[in-house]
Amino acid sequence: MTPENHVLSARAYSRERWLELFQRGARDLLRHNEKIRDAVREEIKRMPIEKNASSPHGTLRVPVHFMEHYRFKLLKEAERVGTGQGEGKPGDQLRPATKRQGKGEGGGEKGGITVEMEFSIDDLIDWLWEELKLPNLKQKQGKVTKDEYTREGWSRRGVRSRLDRRRTVKEAIKRRSVQKDGPAFTNDDLRFRELQVRKRPSTQAVVILAIDVSSSMSDEERALAKTFIYWTIQGLRRQYAHLEIVLIAHTVEAIEFPEDQFFSITADGGTKASSAFILANTIIEDRFNPAIFNIYFFYASDGDNFQDDRKDAAESLEKLARTANFSGYLQTSDSGNKKLDLNVRSETATLFERLKNQGIPSACYGIGSQEAVFEAIRAFFTHQEEIED
Amino acid sequence: MGHTLKEYTERLEVLAAEKGLDYYPVDFGAVPPNFMMEIEVYGLPIRMLHWSFGVRYIYHLIQRRMGHSRIFEVVYPGNPGHAYLADTNSLAENILVTAHVLGHADFSKNNALFKRSQEQVGYHIVEQAAAHAKYIDELVMRYGRVRVEQVLDAALALEQHIDMQKPLVRKKYPTEREKKGDPREENVFRERFEKLPGENPPKTENAEQKRLPTPPNPERDLLWFVANYGPETMDWEQDIFLMVREESFYFKPIFDCQIMNEGWASYWHARLMREADFLPNDIYVDAVRAHSAVVRPYAGEKEAALNLNPYHVGFALWEHIFKEYGEKDAFRVRANDDDFSFVRNYLTKDLADALKLFIYKEKEDGSIIVVDSDIGDIHEHILKKKYNFGCPRVYADRIHEDGSLELVHDHKTDGRGLDPNYAAHVLKYMHTLWRRPIVLQTIDDKKKTKTISCP
Repeated sequence: MTPENHVLSARAYSRERWLELFQRGARDLLRHNEKIRDAVREEIKRMPIEKNASSPHGTLRVPVHFMEHYRFKLLKEAERVGTGQGEGKPGDQLRPATKRQGKGEGGGEKGGITVEMEFSIDDLIDWLWEELKLPNLKQKQGKVTKDEYTREGWSRRGVRSRLDRRRTVKEAIKRRSVQKDGPAFTNDDLRFRELQVRKRPSTQAVVILAIDVSSSMSDEERALAKTFIYWTIQGLRRQYAHLEIVLIAHTVEAIEFPEDQFFSITADGGTKASSAFILANTIIEDRFNPAIFNIYFFYASDGDNFQDDRKDAAESLEKLARTANFSGYLQTSDSGNKKLDLNVRSETATLFERLKNQGIPSACYGIGSQEAVFEAIRAFFTHQEEIED
Repeated sequence: MGHTLKEYTERLEVLAAEKGLDYYPVDFGAVPPNFMMEIEVYGLPIRMLHWSFGVRYIYHLIQRRMGHSRIFEVVYPGNPGHAYLADTNSLAENILVTAHVLGHADFSKNNALFKRSQEQVGYHIVEQAAAHAKYIDELVMRYGRVRVEQVLDAALALEQHIDMQKPLVRKKYPTEREKKGDPREENVFRERFEKLPGENPPKTENAEQKRLPTPPNPERDLLWFVANYGPETMDWEQDIFLMVREESFYFKPIFDCQIMNEGWASYWHARLMREADFLPNDIYVDAVRAHSAVVRPYAGEKEAALNLNPYHVGFALWEHIFKEYGEKDAFRVRANDDDFSFVRNYLTKDLADALKLFIYKEKEDGSIIVVDSDIGDIHEHILKKKYNFGCPRVYADRIHEDGSLELVHDHKTDGRGLDPNYAAHVLKYMHTLWRRPIVLQTIDDKKKTKTISCP
């Protein structure tokens, strides 16, 4: 590639090979990225989960800013004045007005290049749930058991695969310490691991998440509800080895959806909450024996429900809530407020309030912005802890 | 054919000496381009690790990918000096770059600011910085990365806040007022003034007054001050601050003389190329082509640039000085000036017109308009960003009884604003070391007093 005469002379221009071993910039960049990952714990909360946000590989793409190393910096002038060079007489316009909206750069904190970093969902959940300091969910006590083999004790007979070599050698040594010139091993030295059947509490759980997708739900409200459901699923998955998830969307009728379709559902129509509750009840009866499964039910809507559905909804919800460990209701609004005032009771909130008054484990929470989603999750799960304690 | 860069270098050095260039020997090294980029990011070949360099690194990487920057050489003053050339340079480029390096080497040996900085820091900054890096690696092993990083966050944030009027190795402040030592007491005029009728007699000195406050006068060298007067600063934290400070002493003249220094090196590479009759024609033509790419004022197809190319402006200024004032004066200017005096004294109205310099305003709506300006405006706008190492002037004013620190933004003499958000973060960095409250007095955009504090 390089012609002969372009090669640097060896003596004066020592080619310093060791330099290639140093990747200081890359090392510092890695450290920076590590710090950014910490910072993303903050960013992630404000992120709406849209259908495209999560990729099939269990990763999430998050836009992040490079971190800034702060110094005492000159204030940016409202009117930047500078020196330039080239063709330009006083009065010449070098660049027309660009649409920079009213926001300005007052904050000065953000800006610069945004990069999309890919994070594994597992990491994100770890961070989030760590930060939320959520209690591990309590499981139903007593009734939930499952037979399981556990290793317990040793025996002199057994199949070869369960031979405990260390134990066997110990026995042989013990024997030979009293027996002069005994054989290295005898059949009596062999020890096999024993298995016993024990009853163990089951860790099975089912979470039924229902969402109102009727016309009254605005896009923002749907996005909120979906974000909430997304993170709840991810979080619960960490607590339970075998977590069944049932996703229901309803308008005047309720349909169960698989997870990959659920986050992209849109629909039109009226609102009949009872349809979702009844479907949930049917699913429990068919597939999830309450004696074995821990059942959690969450419902998200804007609070509207048909007046003439009130009785059906109340009845079916009560039945559902009594079989479930916990029932939560998330009311969404596109108001942009962090927390909603639930004193103005909506149709649906009233239903859940009634459950609470009857002493059935349940809670209501209202949110109006993405930031509040994690507040809601925290509220539900700490609440649930109190109830079960 | 057959001549190597080494042979050309030897002949260039002979030519340079004939023309009066005077420099310490330079060690040349060829390095891969990615290492060139790292040198540019860190400022020194081996420097302490810190995540903020990682951010600069990625910005450079992006720029390089977009083809914006290409680095031909980096040179470090010292005895011997160190020059790194990109091993992807062609022979013609390398000959040009070698001549350029000789210009830099002459400048750094003879310019007053460089001289003083090197007398203070020593002539082996490359080795010293590497030793600092090694020491910091050891500290990381001993105290953990998080702790060391916190100290570096603070130290590097204060990087520009040094006082080169004071020596690198400074004595701590005297703790007591000396009887006769206070110039105020010796001030004859003040004594006469105080004797005037109606004037309160000076209070009799008590123990309180005898003890000097810390600092006795506003202290601009924040790195030195925090290192020495932090109420609970540990030895190794002090070490880090002083190492960063030492490197800053080295960087300051480079920053203060950028236009002059790059211009000087460009002037000399052009002149040495012109007068090197031993260069074959094709190499000469290639070298001149590389030269014009470096010193062009703005990228090819554009009509105007919104910032100045220091190579171009400096080059034009030196051509002008050599022509108007002669060689002797040019060498004198190179020894005595910095960018401030250089631009103010030698960038004349005619030259500015010939270079087509103008001043523009960028309005809030994003439009950019060329405005009326005289030569003084042009000088000050070129130099504005360079004043005080490019930073707002901030000084340490007082350590209070409880150990809390009061900083003051010297907006009156600076005249430029200070970004309050950034300042709040810097105070946070500092607080991890100072471990007591810190406040900063500044003004807001309506010129009202504003106090930023941590915690």
